[in-house]
Amino acid sequence: MIGERGWRIVAPLLIGALFLALWEAVVRLRGIPPYILPTPSAVALSLWNDGPSLLGSLLVTLRITLAALAAAALIGGALALLFSRSRILELSLFPYAVILQVTPIVAIAPLIIIWVQQPFLALLVCAWIVAFFPIVSNTTVGLNSADRNLLALFRLYGASPGQTLLYLRLPTALPYFLAGLRISGGLALIGAVVAEFVAGTGGTETGLAFRILEAGYRLAIPRLFAALFLLSLTGIVIYLLLDWLSRRVLRHWHESASTAEEE
Amino acid sequence: MRGGFERMDPTRTISPSSNPRRETEAEPIVELHGVGKRFASGLEALDGIDLNVARGEFLSVLGPSGCGKSTLLRIVAGLSEPTHGTCRLALGEPDKPVAAGRIGFVFQDPTLMPWSTVTANVELPFRLAGRVGAEERERAQSALRAVGLAGFERAYPHQLSGGMRMRVSIARALVTDPELLLLDEPFAALDEITRFALNDDLLHLWETRRPTVLFVTHSVFESVYLSTRIAVMSARPGHIVADLAVDLPHPRAGARTTPSYGAICERVSRSLGLAMSDTRT
Repeated sequence: MIGERGWRIVAPLLIGALFLALWEAVVRLRGIPPYILPTPSAVALSLWNDGPSLLGSLLVTLRITLAALAAAALIGGALALLFSRSRILELSLFPYAVILQVTPIVAIAPLIIIWVQQPFLALLVCAWIVAFFPIVSNTTVGLNSADRNLLALFRLYGASPGQTLLYLRLPTALPYFLAGLRISGGLALIGAVVAEFVAGTGGTETGLAFRILEAGYRLAIPRLFAALFLLSLTGIVIYLLLDWLSRRVLRHWHESASTAEEE
Repeated sequence: MRGGFERMDPTRTISPSSNPRRETEAEPIVELHGVGKRFASGLEALDGIDLNVARGEFLSVLGPSGCGKSTLLRIVAGLSEPTHGTCRLALGEPDKPVAAGRIGFVFQDPTLMPWSTVTANVELPFRLAGRVGAEERERAQSALRAVGLAGFERAYPHQLSGGMRMRVSIARALVTDPELLLLDEPFAALDEITRFALNDDLLHLWETRRPTVLFVTHSVFESVYLSTRIAVMSARPGHIVADLAVDLPHPRAGARTTPSYGAICERVSRSLGLAMSDTRT
């Protein structure tokens, strides 16, 4: 028999296979031309043929994504720390973080690409702008969420502000930070792709987003789908990795990381 | 520092002039004089509290919910400042700064750090004092043994039952061997069986170590079983309406079934009943 855990994997796979089969059948039976909708098998073939070159492009996009995520974690975390230390700083800077967050990246990306000469850096800045907000806002909330009685206890035992930060506020904020990081992982990838779309080919190295554009122009639709597939896969892998990291770090104590068997 | 309140902080010293009778047994460890508390919202939580806690005494503050018992305890701990009156503590050695850890505090919730093991939670007071050596580890061990948690040193709070978590919290309060133990309805959230067991354990701890205990509760039976004295409080604003001695002999294990226990419970109940009807407007 397949248990709950088994179904968790088998059921979505089954649905996916069913969907692909249906897709293949409909396209073949109705004779839909590949430049409108390619069959899954054509996409798979394209993935196999163009794989090496697509993987090279994926690496370019991935580098921007990971660098932006790292910068978002570092700068976002540092900003949150600053905000939690000084209410004045938080009140004066937070609205600007919100403005950066709500302004569509597509609209400001051209400006950033003009202002920042170095292409990699320009793309990095774009992806970072999209990715840093969840980390800042989540971590700020987390740093201010320390249990009031524990805070009182720390006072009672004469804890210094540094000790309170290290032993109480930072551990309290950790699950919030990690939740922010999980959201930011996906956003960094989206930011990188959007920036690449706007930047076009730019330098000599081309990312996956540009390959999608290019394939679209050339009506190489199976390759477009193949690139899209790789992009989704990357997003899923990033999410799973961050989810695993979060569970690993919080496994001993946080509700979010507890498994059904433990309860 | 409004109202002449002496805050509980590590730098505070007790001048000998203010405590001329430090060495005598009769000197109270806690001296509340005309203590009142009005919150910024205008709510008057406490009014004119005069209360002395003698060294080695187990004093329960008994009253209905919302009568300001917890506020009173926080004032004694130095976590809140009174708006009227004075709170004076005689802790530590004369002429020396009062070290952190002279007061142990147990909240209504276990208030543990979920990310730390049982041992790390109990060692917290030492870590905050900047010293966790072999001696401190041994003291944490012995505090855990004292509350019956030997063998659970490496467990995390979420792996323990509510009663066990409360035991960890009590061990943490005991680990510095405080002169004054403040307990804020620590067993209110527990089931009755666990509560009785923890009552017995607390009683035993007091009978063997004799710390001064200030215990806040709304249970008549609990207060009579544990205390040597009961102060009954009334609400809005909180004030003390009765001060009753509990002259049950120690050790008291099993005293819950004796006729004298019942008689005292009845007397305290009546007093609490009066307190409830006495609510000032």
